[in-house]
Amino acid sequence: MSSGGAGGAGPGSTSSGGGTATAVEDLRLEIPVQRPRRVENFVALCFAVSVLATIGLAIIYSLGGQTQAEGALLGVGLAGIGIGVAAWGKYLMPQGPFREDRHELPTTEEDKEAFGAAFSRGAVAVERRGFLGKLLGAAITVFSIVGIFPFIRSLYNPRPGNALDFTQFRPGSRLVRIDGNPVMADDVDVGGVLTVFPEGHEGDAVSQTLLIRASSVPITTLPGRETWSPHGYLAYSKLCTHAGCPVSLYQQQVQQLLCPCHQSVFTILNGARPIFGPAPRLIPQLPIMDNGDGFLRAQSDYQEPVGPGYWERNTSTTLNPPKNKAAG
Amino acid sequence: MKSRDKPRPSVEDRTIELARWVDDRFGVARFGKTTLNKIFPDHWSFLLGEIAMYSFVILIITGIFLTLFFVPSTHEVVYNGSYVPLRGQRVSEAYQSTVDLSLNVRAGLVMRQMHHWAADIFAAAVVVHLCRIFFTGAFRRPRELNYMIGLTMLILVIVNGFIGYSLPDDQISGAGLRIAFSIFLSIPIIGTWGAFLLWGGNFPGNGDIIPRFYSLHILIIPAVIAGLLAAHLGIMWHQKHTDFPGKEKTNRTVVGSSFWPTYVAKTTGYFFIIFAGLALLGGLFQINPIWLYGSYEPFKVSYAVQPDWYMGWLDGALRIMPAWETQFASRYLISAPFYPAVILPGLTFGILYAWPFIEARFRPEDKTQEHHLLDRPRDRPVRTGLGVGVLTFYVMLFFASSTDVLANTLKVSLNGVLWTFRIGTPTIPIVVGLATYQICKELSRAPSAGLRKRSNVVVRSPDGGYTTVPADIHPGDDVREPPPEELPEEAVRRGGGRGPEGGEEEVGVGADRSEATGVTPPRRFGGLLRPRHRPAGSS
Repeated sequence: MSSGGAGGAGPGSTSSGGGTATAVEDLRLEIPVQRPRRVENFVALCFAVSVLATIGLAIIYSLGGQTQAEGALLGVGLAGIGIGVAAWGKYLMPQGPFREDRHELPTTEEDKEAFGAAFSRGAVAVERRGFLGKLLGAAITVFSIVGIFPFIRSLYNPRPGNALDFTQFRPGSRLVRIDGNPVMADDVDVGGVLTVFPEGHEGDAVSQTLLIRASSVPITTLPGRETWSPHGYLAYSKLCTHAGCPVSLYQQQVQQLLCPCHQSVFTILNGARPIFGPAPRLIPQLPIMDNGDGFLRAQSDYQEPVGPGYWERNTSTTLNPPKNKAAG
Repeated sequence: MKSRDKPRPSVEDRTIELARWVDDRFGVARFGKTTLNKIFPDHWSFLLGEIAMYSFVILIITGIFLTLFFVPSTHEVVYNGSYVPLRGQRVSEAYQSTVDLSLNVRAGLVMRQMHHWAADIFAAAVVVHLCRIFFTGAFRRPRELNYMIGLTMLILVIVNGFIGYSLPDDQISGAGLRIAFSIFLSIPIIGTWGAFLLWGGNFPGNGDIIPRFYSLHILIIPAVIAGLLAAHLGIMWHQKHTDFPGKEKTNRTVVGSSFWPTYVAKTTGYFFIIFAGLALLGGLFQINPIWLYGSYEPFKVSYAVQPDWYMGWLDGALRIMPAWETQFASRYLISAPFYPAVILPGLTFGILYAWPFIEARFRPEDKTQEHHLLDRPRDRPVRTGLGVGVLTFYVMLFFASSTDVLANTLKVSLNGVLWTFRIGTPTIPIVVGLATYQICKELSRAPSAGLRKRSNVVVRSPDGGYTTVPADIHPGDDVREPPPEELPEEAVRRGGGRGPEGGEEEVGVGADRSEATGVTPPRRFGGLLRPRHRPAGSS
């Protein structure tokens, strides 16, 4: 390949029958590599290293494998092939630069005319039988609608319905831990938190509730919630009103909750109002009670939908409409 | 032994014989000749797309391996495998099989980590490739559609990457799915139905999401990407590659090395080098150690919940967005994630898709003219400034996805970090964009392509001061070498005008002076060589 007669190294002339139509011509003579032997030796070394590394990989693998050794040997094995082949291509093959003419992308006007005419034959054929065309359109439309309906409908086993409006808490539901053990009024010390669920729905993603013992005496977080916190227990939905992550970081000294996903901060003593971050609404509070038997129970379900917003979220019955960031 | 008498035919003769044999059966000689003779221009930035393509190939190779062991099911089982800390825990089959293929299958962890790294590199390569296309104007006629195909692949890569890291059903990917569900919910009118349709019920759904994501991840989206990739390459092949302006580069020719054998050898080597790089990453650099995170439980979450890098801009937007919700007549709600997580990506890709046509509106000649020579970014100050500004915006959003980590690392308050980003994300990009615009303007005052620079000599005076004086005139200095035709207008217009003190007067271009009107008529494809200059000093 190092023979450098003018035009001799161009691919246009080495391939069969001298390229007349596709002009690939040498702009310059091929620049011969300075020391071809050295490049050859380097390429040979690359391939040899690859062989050794891959054999090493086989040995490591057959001995039971070791992640770092496998990755390193596989990498070296592949790199040997890669660098060797690339160097071969870069230094020991005709480099040119060669020049090739671009063909004009648009063809001739006659061709365009002919193409358009051929294309319009079909359109005209349809236009002539306009009634049939419309009927075909109707058939395809009806088929599409009817055909797609079972596809969508099959996916809709559980329709949304009002699934987002309610949780599994019912009046009198006992608050239980994830293992099903009910929470007693003296189970949690002041400053402690617990994730609780309605009895029978342990682990339920929607009903998950954070039970905080914020004090030893009842707290009124918002007007109308005087009876919601027996023994100083506050129960807030664990779903962030922003994007639904579990709001699980309780900062006891400042009485705040932090959502670890997008860093919204809520103050628990006044109804979990968001004071920082992207959360737009107060976290719903669960009214709880102690009937005197020591078990903590829900007075009712949450009085507004928990979790992130959604289109059909109806706030007309919301107990405490958001006051802070209700943009118009 | 008798055949020894005849000289063995040479390799060349045998190859030609093979070509003859093939052509006799398929009649592909003409096609084969042009294909093998095809010219590819050499520039490092043309290899960015190849990184993406080869990452995709490696994703398929490693992905097939993973499908042999992964079980796409949310069915709960009690873990009883080799990783002691997890023993006895209730985990999903998807999670268990991912842990098993990582820790028990030979070379499984290498394969899984290579797969994950390849996805991250794939997305990165596509983005950088897009930047190259954007800043050099390679999206202009006739390549608008191929550019849009590329954008579509970028969306699919991001979506499939998200789906992919959601499959192991670990604690972090579950949190990501929870946020994705909330984003679906935020879409007006159809959001709730869409989310319930995909998940099969309210979050976390009825167990359908992992199998559905699985068929999307390993079959449907890769098939679409493969088809688009084929179209992308086929169109590129047919339209031929773009090239930067330079010596002997014109709008009508391609200059470079030939496809066979040089380019084939180089690109094959390149494939193996990328494969090697991913193998080293997969073996030596841990990524997504899900056995440490645990199986997903909807009521658990950990610190520093962050997605893979290509989702970072969305996560950052979710974090720094003010708490806006829109309530209609207390009956309907547009919830907070809608603006950062639906509107923002919609606008992002909408504008990207429309960009070739937006730009053509302001440059009418782009509609009538084919562009095969690329712009140097400096020669298009508006586009470059705009692009860098917008890019800065997304980089800001990306860093905003680590507000908590930044606050902890820098020991500053989370509040301070958040407000820094809330103020900086809209403003810093404007500053950066304007600065870029100005830098481009300054740079494009440098001598244009084809003009040889005259050297300067730094002279030290006896009292220690330094002055710069132009060197003596050497033969060839300040002589305009014939620039290629179809130089970008900006480069031609600014050609040579370096300002008064430079003393750079063009020599030997007097004939062109008469044309120096400053108004460049649209040039036709294949127009004649025609350098244009402003009179020196008028810039």
